[in-house]
Formats: sequence, structure tokens, C-alpha cells
Amino acid sequence: MSDYNFAYLDEQTKRMIRRAILKGLAVPGYQVPFASREMPMPYGWGTGGVQVSAATLTPDDTLKVIDQGADDTTNAVSIRKFFERTAGVATTEETTKASVIQTRHRIPEAELTEDQILVYQVPIPEPLRFLEPRETETRKMHSLEEYGLMHVKLYEDISQHGDIATSYAYPVKVEDRYVMDPSPIPKFDNPKLEMAAIQLFGAGREQRIYAVPPYTKVVSLDFEDYPFEATKADHPCDLCGSEHSYLDEVILDDAGNRMFVCSDTDYCRTRRAEGHVGRLGDSEGEAA
Amino acid sequence: MGAQVKEQDMAPLLQVNALTKMYGPRIGCKDVSFDLYPGEVMGIVGESGSGKSTLLNAMAGHHAPDRGEVVFDTRADGPVDTLKMSEPERRMLGRTDWAFVHQHARDGLRMSVSAGGNIGERLMAVGGRHYGEIREQAADWLGRVEISDTRIDDRPSAFSGGMQQRLQIARNLVTGPRLVFMDEPTGGLDVSVQARLLDLLRSLVREMGLSAIIVTHDLAVVRLLADRLMVMKDGHVVESGLTDQVLDDPQHAYTQLLVSSVLQV
Repeated sequence: MSDYNFAYLDEQTKRMIRRAILKGLAVPGYQVPFASREMPMPYGWGTGGVQVSAATLTPDDTLKVIDQGADDTTNAVSIRKFFERTAGVATTEETTKASVIQTRHRIPEAELTEDQILVYQVPIPEPLRFLEPRETETRKMHSLEEYGLMHVKLYEDISQHGDIATSYAYPVKVEDRYVMDPSPIPKFDNPKLEMAAIQLFGAGREQRIYAVPPYTKVVSLDFEDYPFEATKADHPCDLCGSEHSYLDEVILDDAGNRMFVCSDTDYCRTRRAEGHVGRLGDSEGEAA
Repeated sequence: MGAQVKEQDMAPLLQVNALTKMYGPRIGCKDVSFDLYPGEVMGIVGESGSGKSTLLNAMAGHHAPDRGEVVFDTRADGPVDTLKMSEPERRMLGRTDWAFVHQHARDGLRMSVSAGGNIGERLMAVGGRHYGEIREQAADWLGRVEISDTRIDDRPSAFSGGMQQRLQIARNLVTGPRLVFMDEPTGGLDVSVQARLLDLLRSLVREMGLSAIIVTHDLAVVRLLADRLMVMKDGHVVESGLTDQVLDDPQHAYTQLLVSSVLQV
């Protein structure tokens, strides 16, 4: 612990990142450039989220890290350990007890409160990138609010697949102004983007930070005749029986057996502790 | 054909006054002035490097000229100097009342987006949010440029050069622009495809009452399409007038050279 400054980054760097965060909160959905530092992990593993978390944490905070909804996957475990070592903050797997939650690709099922901060890891912050490769041009499109191209992508989806097939990183418009990539969360989570907690987005490789303040209007883009739909697997959770949570599909054997489980492990555990049981809950519940 | 009816009270759609673009000490185009009336097609001819494309790009706002005015008769506010417009206004104009057809279809199309998406882009850029209607219009425009609507979901990379050029035209005309800039629209196409494209352009221009400015080095193109003609050399307009008049009775030495250089088959 004494070998590191609190939360790894030096104070000047945290100050710089906090300024970017504040600017991001002041202009919801706007991508603020920042001088991303090298972190002791590869790009794509959450370097942006880690820097935002490091600048946000105080010694009194309780940190939760989730990766695709789970607390026990490699990315989540290693980032949680990183902050245990470099910041010495308390960590938890319980959504309700955490004050700062760093997440990769999911929003927790439990409703977040005004006392919480949700930090997203973002691979490609620019929602227009795959349609317009020039950064100079996409910046101009943002500043002039020229977002027709975003609908071209949705048009292509419908013409090729019959409906809007974009199922994650579904583009949203924030406060009727900026079109934003909500990071690769499933579109099931999009309606939750209007929440009580502060949402911060960090993209380390692309050197961008953006934010959605509490209770900000966030609208998923769509067509009048093809409205936005928050989809999930049409199935209850096989462990806790929940019908309202986002599910992972797990293949059990080579005979075609499969199970659906909540991707949010804390949510599933909490429900099972409350006595809810799904189809395979008794036999596999404890092991899972 | 060609002689447009110029009524007394008809205001010019586009007025270009003393437009000058310099590349450092060298002249791009110098002191070009003309008026373009609604429904009129203006041809600009000249050899390579004579400043045709520079002039076209300066008028279309692709690069800033050094001096001069480009006054466009906007629907909302009447005549406005587009060079003094704010960038959002100019870009808005660029996707509503103006259209730009590039010489290479690849410059004007999104090659990774289907034909329908390419045509629909301008509709969506001006606020179209109904998939069914956008698709209907896209199919309609594919028909108008003689592309089968079974190709609506194919990417332009699967199209031939002539089809790509027609697709580019459809994509540009879908919002019903009033002024079209064309930079060598038939360049790089073989003659039979050129002929069909010219036929198509001619009927579209007549049907929609478009005004157009066509840059080309092909005299046959302007003979077919243009009402009036400007001949450029070294950045200056050396001769202008009705197309048939300029081509049949060229006055300036360079125009005479240009006309006599055409191979008679």
C-alpha cells in the first residue's frame, strides 16, 4: 500500500481526470478528451474505467466490480484486487452495499440510488465510428447535430434482418442533444440508463470520458414503425426463477441441454437467498 | 432544344459574382461571374487544369474561395450569400436544396451501406424516421434511375460503374434539390453507358425542373444537356453563351481549338 499513491494514479493525474469528469457531467453525452495514462493492464481490459474509478474513489468508498454481470470473472476479480492493493478500499459483491461500481457490459438488475456511482468500461466511445471513420468528421457531426447516419445503421439492420438487430451498444440520444454509445451493454439495459446514480464512461485507449448525470433523459434511437424494444431471452432464470432479469445461455453438454441463468450473479444469489428457486435451482444452485 | 424561357420577373437561382480562388501565387479560377436561372443547365468546359473543378468546388462550398459571392435564392430567406452562411446552414443546404454528383461514384456513395440505405441517408438526415416510407422512396428512386428494386439491399460494391453512378444520382436527387453540381458525371464510363446516363440525366432535369451546373471536358455531354456554356482556360472564362451558339460558332481562339479537336466519327 505504501508503495503506491492512493488508488494508483498520482494526484495531478486524478485532478486532470476529475476535470474531464466534471465537464462530462456538465455536457451530458459529450465525449471529453483526456490524457489517458498507461495502466498496468492491456487496452481493452478496462483501462478507461479503472482510471475513472481511481479518480472517483475515496478511502471511505466500497467498490464493486462486475464483468458481464458477474463478480467472479477474470476481469472483475483482477480489477477488484488491483484497487484492494492500491487503494485499500473495502470491496463487496453486493450491489446495494457498493458506493462505486465499475462495470463491463452490464447495468446491475437492482435499482441504483443517488448515493452510487456507476463507472463503465468503454472500448469504442464514438457511436458513429463504424459508419464514418474520420474523427474530424464525426466531431463535426456531433457539434452540428447531424445524426442521420446513425439511422442509416438502423435502416441497414432492418433491411437485412427484418428488425433492428443491434442488440448491444445500442445508440441513445442524451438530453435531446448528443448521440452516445452506452458501451456494449445489452439493449435490455438501455431503459435503465435513466437512473438515480451518476454514470461515468471511460475509454482508455480512445482517451475519452463522458457522463450521464442522475435523472437525465436518455432515449434509444428507433424508427416510428420499428420502435425500440428491450429484448432478452424469453425464459425464466433456471437458478432463481426470475422472469425479469437479463439471462446468459449456458450449454450444459453435447446432447443439446442448456440452461439460462441471470447474468447478474449478485441479483441471482440474492433471490436464491430469499427462497426463489428455478428449474435447475436445487441441484445446481449451490455449485453455480 | 435548350433555350430556356427567361421571364422578366424570374429571379436567378444562383448568382456568382467575381469568384476567385488562388492556390498560393497560382490562379485556380479568377473573377468568374454568371447567373443561373431556375430550370437552366449550365455547362463548364475546358482542358484539364483550367479551373473547372476548382470553380465547382468553390461554388458548392467544398473549399473557401478567396473573393467573390455565391448568392443562392433560398426557399426561406430569399437570396443569401452562401459563403457568409454559418457552417450548419451551409451543410443543411448541401443535403436539401443542393446536390453534388462526384466524378467517381465511390466518392459520393457509402460503399459499405446498401443501395437503399444510400438513397435513404439524405431522407434520414433531414429527419425521416419512418422505415416504410424511406424504403418506399428508395425503391421508387431506384426505378427512376433504371436499377431493379430487387437490388435494393445490395451494396454498391456489387454494382457496375454505370449503376454506381446512377445510384449516386438517385441518392442526390431523393430530397428534391433545386440545384445540382455535377463533376464529370460521365467520366470513366464507356460510351453506351454514357449515352444512357445522359438520357437519364436529361429526362430527370426536364421532369424535375432542376437547375444544374455540369463540369466536363466532353463537348458531347454539354451539347446534349446544357442550355448555356462557359469555356474556361487558365482559370478565366474565355467565352460564354448559348451552347449551340458557342459550339457552332466559336469566337475565342481557344474555343475554336477545343471544338476542332473533337474527333468526328
